[in-house]
Formats: sequence, C-alpha cells, structure tokens
Amino acid sequence: MPLLRESDLAEIRDRLREMASPVKLIHFTQELNLEYGREARMLLEDLSGTSDKLSLEVHNFLLEKEKVAEYAIDKVPATVIRDGKDYGVRFYGLPAGYEFSTLLDAILHISKNDSGLKPETKEKLARINQPLHLEVFVTPT
Amino acid sequence: MRLAHSFAIENDFIRADCIEATEFPDAVAQHRVYAVPKTVINGSAYIEGALPEEFFLDSILKQLGIDPENGTQDSTG
Repeated sequence: MPLLRESDLAEIRDRLREMASPVKLIHFTQELNLEYGREARMLLEDLSGTSDKLSLEVHNFLLEKEKVAEYAIDKVPATVIRDGKDYGVRFYGLPAGYEFSTLLDAILHISKNDSGLKPETKEKLARINQPLHLEVFVTPT
Repeated sequence: MRLAHSFAIENDFIRADCIEATEFPDAVAQHRVYAVPKTVINGSAYIEGALPEEFFLDSILKQLGIDPENGTQDSTG
C-alpha cells in the first residue's frame, strides 16, 4: 500500500509549487535490520516525484563510508535537506504524520532561501559564532 | 522542530537534527527523553517542551553563555 494517497500527493504538489530553487534530499539507509527503512525510502521517492525542483539521492549507510562521513550521519534512516549548500539540516527516521509537514517546511525554506524567522530572531541568532548542535526529539503524532 | 531547522538555515554555525524518538531508542535512553519535544544542546544541555521562537532562542543563548539581552559573552559560561 502506498504511504501517500493520490489526494495527499495532490496537496503536496500544490504546496511545493512555491519552491523557487532546486532542493536535494540525500537519504541514507540500509537494507537489513531497519524497521521503517523501506517506508522512509518509499515516502521520499513519492515525495521527490511531486516537484521537478526536488531530487532524491539514496546512499547505503553501511557501504558508502565517505558519504556517511561527509554528512556526519550516525544513525539511519537519515535524510539531509540541502541545495548547493549543506545547512546542517537533518531528519532522522520516517517523516510521518506531523513531521512530514516539518520536512516540507524545511524544503520550502531552503528553496526560497528564507528561514521564515522574525527579523529580531535573525538578528539575535547572528550572535552565535560557535558550533551549535541541536537535536530535537519528536514523535509522529 | 521547525525552529531548530530554521536556525540552522539562518546561521552556518548551527546544525539541527530532527529525530523520531520511537525509532532511536538508544539516543532516547542516552538523553533521557521521557516526553517530546525535547531539544538537546551540544549533546549535554536540554530544553523541554515546545517554546515560542523568542523563548527558544533565549534558552539556547543562555546555555551558550550569551546574554540574550545585549549579546555579550558571560565569562562564567
């Protein structure tokens, strides 16, 4: 059974019409011992088919060590959302339910080259000039 | 979660991971995630719950030893 119904796909297509420049999804996965690995990959394949500005690249977590190191991936399934630049935006796990919308937002923000933050937040954020790693734990519902 | 990703897009020093808690029990145990959302800062400090944009950023700045009001570095860190 497909993860996204035709009506979902139509809605996604509609939202992604706002995309300005191309965005790449770089997905890391493995064939075995990964509960939602297949679903995550299928979901991203369906998603990348909804816009010609969205492309998907899939890498094997166990075999492609160089790529894994390049993107500092430490667990799978993992998805990097980037354009010509890697912003450090990652999604770990199956982006289902509410988190699917988080993924769409990241795609749109990168594509439109706008973080969507308030001007005062952007100004304050510029004070951070040391490496900062944020890990946000979520659940699908 | 959107905020952390937006922060990463905005500032090159920042990287942001969104992690499905149910799929990564080891990371959940390591960071003692009992409720979501939970934000881990540089692997050690934590923010519990979802905060509005300005409070989320102020909490992070405080953890980094940066005064949210005037941007000076707090020497006590």
